[in-house]
Amino acid sequence: MAINLGNIRDECKAIWRCGLNAGQLKAAITAARLLDETGRLVRGASAPDAEALVDGYRKLVFARRLNEQCGALVRQGRLAVYPSSRGQEACQVACTSVLADGDWLFPTYRDTAAIAARGVDPVEVLTLLRGDWHCGYDPNEHKVAPQATPLATQLLHAVGVGHAARLKGENTVVMALCGDGATSEGDFHEACNFAAVFRAPVVFFVQNNKYAISVPLARQSVAPSLAAKAIGYGMPGVRVDGNDLPALEKVLGEAVARARAGDGPTLVEADTYRIESHTNADDATRYRADDEVTEWLPRDPLLRVRTYLTAIGVLDDDREQDIAAAAEEMAAAVRAGVGAETVVDPEEVFAHVYSTLTPQLAEQRAALRAELELEEA
Amino acid sequence: MGAVTKMTMAQAINAALRDAITEDDSVVVFGEDVAQLGGVFRVTDGLHAEFGENRVFDTPLAESGIVGMAVGMAMNGMRPVVEMQFDAFAYPAFEQIVSHVAKLGNRTRGKVRLPIVIRVPYAGGIGGVEHHCDSSEAYYAHTPGLTVVAPATNADAYGLLRAAIAGSDPVIFLEPKKHYFSKEEVDVSVSVPPIGRAVVRRPGKDATLIAYGPSVPVALAAAEQAATEGRDLGVIDLRSIVPFDDETVCAEVRRTGRAVVVAEAPGFASVASEIAARVGERCFHHLEAPVRRVTGFDVPYPPPKLEHHFLPGVDRILDTVDTLQWEEDVA
Ligand SMILES: Cc1ncc(C[n+]2csc(CCOP(=O)(O)OP(=O)(O)O)c2C)c(N)n1
Ligand SMILES: [Mg+2]
Repeated sequence: MAINLGNIRDECKAIWRCGLNAGQLKAAITAARLLDETGRLVRGASAPDAEALVDGYRKLVFARRLNEQCGALVRQGRLAVYPSSRGQEACQVACTSVLADGDWLFPTYRDTAAIAARGVDPVEVLTLLRGDWHCGYDPNEHKVAPQATPLATQLLHAVGVGHAARLKGENTVVMALCGDGATSEGDFHEACNFAAVFRAPVVFFVQNNKYAISVPLARQSVAPSLAAKAIGYGMPGVRVDGNDLPALEKVLGEAVARARAGDGPTLVEADTYRIESHTNADDATRYRADDEVTEWLPRDPLLRVRTYLTAIGVLDDDREQDIAAAAEEMAAAVRAGVGAETVVDPEEVFAHVYSTLTPQLAEQRAALRAELELEEA
Repeated sequence: MGAVTKMTMAQAINAALRDAITEDDSVVVFGEDVAQLGGVFRVTDGLHAEFGENRVFDTPLAESGIVGMAVGMAMNGMRPVVEMQFDAFAYPAFEQIVSHVAKLGNRTRGKVRLPIVIRVPYAGGIGGVEHHCDSSEAYYAHTPGLTVVAPATNADAYGLLRAAIAGSDPVIFLEPKKHYFSKEEVDVSVSVPPIGRAVVRRPGKDATLIAYGPSVPVALAAAEQAATEGRDLGVIDLRSIVPFDDETVCAEVRRTGRAVVVAEAPGFASVASEIAARVGERCFHHLEAPVRRVTGFDVPYPPPKLEHHFLPGVDRILDTVDTLQWEEDVA
C-alpha cells in the first residue's frame, strides 16, 4: 500500500492546530509531582505555601479519621455499608480546596470525605449509608450534587450545570468526580465530548485507584493513560500523582483557572490506590495480592506531607496534637450524630415524588396511614 | 450422580451455568466482576477458574457494551449469558435491549435469532441503598420480543436458566436477590416444565393468590396464615411473566372465583395490572369480586429503613383478601 505523505502532513497540521505539543502529550501520560515518596520536594519544583499546606494536612488528617470512623460504624451496624477512600485522601481534599464558594462538586459514593472537606456535615452525608434517606444534605445550599451511584451518569449533569452557568453569565466552575472503572461507561465519553464542544467550565477528575471492585485497570483500558483520552476530545489531559497533595492542588487549580477563564474543560487523572476493599461487603483478597497493597502503603498521602512539613520546621508536635485533637472531636460528633436514634417518617416516601401529591399517591398514603394507626392501636 | 442436593439459589444458578458451559461449547458467560471475584453475589463463583478466560470473563465497565457485544456474539453463533450487576445498573443497556435484543429477530424476518440470556439480580428486601432494589420487570415485559422469567424456587432457578440458555430467543432472567442465600433441596435431574408454564404451588378453594419471583414465598406465607383463620387460599407461581400462562391462571381463578395479584413493583402500569386485566377479561363470569392487586407503592424504592413499609407483606395480602365480597359481608 502506497503511503500518502500529503495526508499525513494534513493530519499533522490538524494536530498542530488543536494546539497539541509534545509537552502536553507528556503531561497526559507521566504523573506530575511536587513531593516525592520520601516527602522531599522534587528537583526544580517551587515550594508550596507552607501555611496553606499545614491547612491541607489538617484536612488530610480529618479525611483519614472520617474514613476510619465510618469503617467502625459499619462494624457496629450503624451504617449499612461504607466505600472507603483510604489512600485517596489527597484527592478528596485537593478537589475541594481548589474550588471557590459558588463552584459545584459532583461526587460519587466513594467521595464522602471530599463532601465533608467541602464543608457539609458528615452526619448529613451519611444519611444515605445509614439508610434514612437517599441524600441527607441540600445540594443547592452546599453546591454539592447528591452522591451518584449509577456510574458516570453524574458527569453529564456536571456539564449541564457548567453550561447553564455560562449561559446565565455566572463564573461557576464544576468539579466532576469519577473512578477509573467509570471511564468505560458511555456517559463518560458523552460528558467529555459535550464539555469540550460547549467549552463547558468543568474539571473531570478521575481518581484512578486501579480497581473497579475486582476488575483491574488493565481490563478497563489499554490507552497510554486515562488522561490521554482527553486528546481525542480536543481538551487537555493531565496526569498527576494522586497521593501528592500539593501537586494535585497545583494541577487541579490550573484546570479550575482554565475553566473559569472560559477556556473549557480539562481531564485530570490522579494516579492513586484503593487501600481497602471496594466496600466492607467486599473481600479484596479474592482478587489482589497483599503485596500489591503493601507496596502502596509507603506512598501514603498523609505521611508524605507530614514528613515534608516537619522537615521544613512548620509542623511540630504541638501543632500535630492540635490537629489530631480536632479530628478526634469531629469523629466524636460523627459517632454521636450517626448513633442517635432518628425517626424516619414512613409517609415521607410519598412526600417528594412529585412537587404536588397526585390523587393516587394521596390514596396510597391514606392506606399506609390507616395501617400504621392500626399497628399503634 | 446423586441428584438431590441442598443448595442456595446462587448455587443453583451457578450449577446451571456450569452444566450449560460444560454441555455446549457455544455458551459464554461475561459481565462485571464475574470472573475472578465470582460476581458480587458469588453466582459465577469458580467458573472462571474451571473454564478459563475464553468462556467466563470480565468486561470493561459498561452495560451497554456488555449487551451490545452479546448481540454480536449471538449473531456469530454463540450463546452469551451476561450478568447485570444489579437491576438498576441494567438501565445503561436499555437501548441495546429494547432496540436490538428484542427486535432483531423480527427485523430480519427470523433470519437472525439471538439466544442471549441477560441475568438480572432484582427486587428488594435486602436493605440495599438506592439503585440496588428495583423491580424492573414491567419495562421488559412491555417490550415485545423479550421472554421474561422470574424463578421463585432454587429448583426453578436451575431448570429455568437451563431452558433459557438452550432456547433460541433472548431471555431476561430475573433473580430475586433476597433468595440468593436461602437453601432448598434441588433435584437437578428432574426437568422443569418449559418456559411459559405457571405452577400451582398450593391449591385453594376460596381465593387464588397470583405471584412470581420474590412474592411467591410471601403469598405462601399469607395462605398459611389464612388457613389458621379458616380461609383456604391457593397460590400460583407464574415462573415466567412472558410468555404468560393464561390457562393455568384462569383455570384456578374460575374454580375459586376470587383472585389477588401480589408483586413488589409499583402497581401503576405494572405486570400486576396486566395480570388483573387478563383475569378480569377471561374469568368475568366466574368472579365473585373484582381482581385486586397488592403491590409496592408508586414511589421510588425507599431507603433501607423504610422498605418494610413498601414491600407487600402477609398482612396487606390478607387485608386485601378480606375485601373480596365474601358472603358474610353481603348478608
Ligand atoms: C451503571 C453502573 N454499573 C455498575 C455499578 C456497580 N458498581 C458500583 S461501584 C463499581 C466499580 C466502580 O469502579 P470505579 O469507577 O473505578 O470507582 P471506585 O469504586 O474504584 O471508586 C461498580 C461496578 C454501578 N454503580 N453503576
Ligand atoms: Mg476505581
